[in-house]
Amino acid sequence: MLRKLLIGTALASGVAFAAHAEDVKEVQMLHWWTSGGEAAALNVLKQDLAKEGFAWKDVPVAGGGGDAAMTALKAMVAAGNYPTASQMLGYTVLDYAAAGVMGDLTETAKKEGWDKSVPAALQKFSVYDGKWVAAPVNVHSVNWLWINKAVMDKIGGTEPKTFDDFIALLDKAKAAGVIPLALGGQNWQEATMFDSVVLSTGGPEFYKKAFNDLDEESLKSDTMKKSFDNLAKLVTYVDPNFSGRDWNLATAMVIKGDALVQVMGDWAKGEFNAAKKVPGTDFLCYRFPGTDGSVVYNSDMFGMFNVPEDRKAAQIALATATLSKSFQSAFNVVKGSVPARTDVPDTDFDACGKKGMADLKAANEGGTLFGSLAQGYGAPPAVANAYKDVVSKFVHGQIKTSDEAVTQLVSAIEDAK
Amino acid sequence: MSTVAETSITLTPEHGARPGATVRSRLQDALPKLVLAPSFAATVVFVYGFILWTIYLSFTNSKTFPSYAITGPRAYQRLWRWTFESDPPSSWYTSITNMGIFGFLYISICLALGLFLAILLDQKIRGEGMLRPIYLYPMALSFIVTGVAWKWFLDPGLGLEQTLHQWGWTSFHFDWIKNKDFVIYTVVIAGVWQASGFIMAMFLAGLRGIDGEILKAAQIDGATTFQLYRRIVIPLLRPIFLSALIVLAHLAIKSYDLVVALTSGGPGGSAWLPSNFMYEYTFKRNEMAVGSASAVIMLMTITAIIVPYLYSELREKPR
Repeated sequence: MLRKLLIGTALASGVAFAAHAEDVKEVQMLHWWTSGGEAAALNVLKQDLAKEGFAWKDVPVAGGGGDAAMTALKAMVAAGNYPTASQMLGYTVLDYAAAGVMGDLTETAKKEGWDKSVPAALQKFSVYDGKWVAAPVNVHSVNWLWINKAVMDKIGGTEPKTFDDFIALLDKAKAAGVIPLALGGQNWQEATMFDSVVLSTGGPEFYKKAFNDLDEESLKSDTMKKSFDNLAKLVTYVDPNFSGRDWNLATAMVIKGDALVQVMGDWAKGEFNAAKKVPGTDFLCYRFPGTDGSVVYNSDMFGMFNVPEDRKAAQIALATATLSKSFQSAFNVVKGSVPARTDVPDTDFDACGKKGMADLKAANEGGTLFGSLAQGYGAPPAVANAYKDVVSKFVHGQIKTSDEAVTQLVSAIEDAK
Repeated sequence: MSTVAETSITLTPEHGARPGATVRSRLQDALPKLVLAPSFAATVVFVYGFILWTIYLSFTNSKTFPSYAITGPRAYQRLWRWTFESDPPSSWYTSITNMGIFGFLYISICLALGLFLAILLDQKIRGEGMLRPIYLYPMALSFIVTGVAWKWFLDPGLGLEQTLHQWGWTSFHFDWIKNKDFVIYTVVIAGVWQASGFIMAMFLAGLRGIDGEILKAAQIDGATTFQLYRRIVIPLLRPIFLSALIVLAHLAIKSYDLVVALTSGGPGGSAWLPSNFMYEYTFKRNEMAVGSASAVIMLMTITAIIVPYLYSELREKPR
């Protein structure tokens, strides 16, 4: 009895102590936005938090890059040492939420009205089991063409509206002695382009069935075969030296006018901005032909971990600041993406950004906002990587025909499920 | 350890059987064990413990995080099936065939080239002191540096091919690094460049250790230079071959970073080695069980090769 009492007292005083303890005025953040533009964009958030009195502490990641960061995060979480928040992508958030290590931001979300302003498709990744576990920072979309305007004028091209138009345009560039299509031959870049090809070939319904629902009938359909054939057509327009090239080098080819067009997500715009190029006068941004009206997205999220009570205040401040309209605008203007909430004014954005925001809003309302399979928003990483394998092997010739590609795609996805 | 024990025994009678001495002798007895204990414990836990842990995980259904319920050898079954998927090649098939090609060529070329360079350098040539570090220096670089440098050098649009085109040899064509069938050989080139100098230094040390009298005797008997090396020098270098082989074999098995830096995996993943496969599946694809199973297979393969070799080499020693 006495012992129980003692324990009870000890517990009560412990709880009281915890409640009275000073909140830790510090945000521990794991991220890999360390390069020029991204770091500058993140500085906006640091300053917003500093105004409220919260210090910012980066969790160091050796080696840089998303993979290294995710490995570091895994180790931290396994050791029970959660950061306040971590930059995360797609299914990773859900994996960690399923493991029960994520915090709960539902109250903040209610107060700030995130349910209404954040597109429903995004909430699939930021809400787990009815609880808000992550704050989306931006929305990237991958079905874009980035075109050098000077080259376009030289060859007398116009905006391609269909896939056949696009092929005709590439032919024109080829005839003029310019590399028609700038592509980096790494599996994620090839698969990112293929996302757009499938959306263009099969239409929005087909894309959703095949790449979000992983419907086997769609995956092995003739439409998918046609998509692979179309991809093979596109690959004939790249330069022979494309294999292994980094995406930003491919973008540089378009910026310099060595190549006409790159199919890439809107992070490519950051490269154009950094080179002081102006949309409309130096470069053009069109939706991938035949995909206007749909948006294939991926999104950076700040996953919020289940931190101790004394760190919760800092976490809520971070989440609120992340989804504030001012930060969403300031950050995404620099990053090249569009805000993760649809009610942010587009005044500060350039022409491409304005189009991106309008498209996102329309796609959200029209139900044509789909997760990119190549970017890990269509299916879990095992499936997404199996998909990238197949696409890359097809591009590089290990898989020789579209028939074989479709068979491989079905069995690889089945294996990885 | 036995020497310490013997010393304490001879010391004790001189000082008489005082209790202090026994404590001291016991301490002396135990000291090597005590000093070795921390590193022993660390090795047991972090090497052998984690080997067992990996084996355990390979029989579970672990995905992103380890899960502890044993679900059977499904991961091995998948790897087994992938082993025979050669057309189109599965990633595992590519990895193990690449390991065979890379391991064989890397080890044999390094040994041959290292021995050849060492024999040349051993001809009492002038400037040896300068030449030796030039060959040895690549070993001081990390695989990442080697990989990036060779990546630029072999890139048809930047390096060798481009330069020769500018010099007027426009028909020159060398695009192995962009070619799915040849990319693994570029890894061999870069790897050999890095390690052969070190192997040369090992052989050179061995050559210097050979007794000149034997060679003179052979020459008097009328042996040609070729016979001299074939029958006497190379057999005498056998222990060096053992050391070199072990160094090279473990470098070959762990050359993950070279593949990443040089080829970023190669076109369509055609440059993968099993270590790349393991990392990809464990950390990027969240298939920890498959990753662990591939690690176990790597371990068993190297054990199967190294252990019989070590056994046969070391058993003959006390002759």
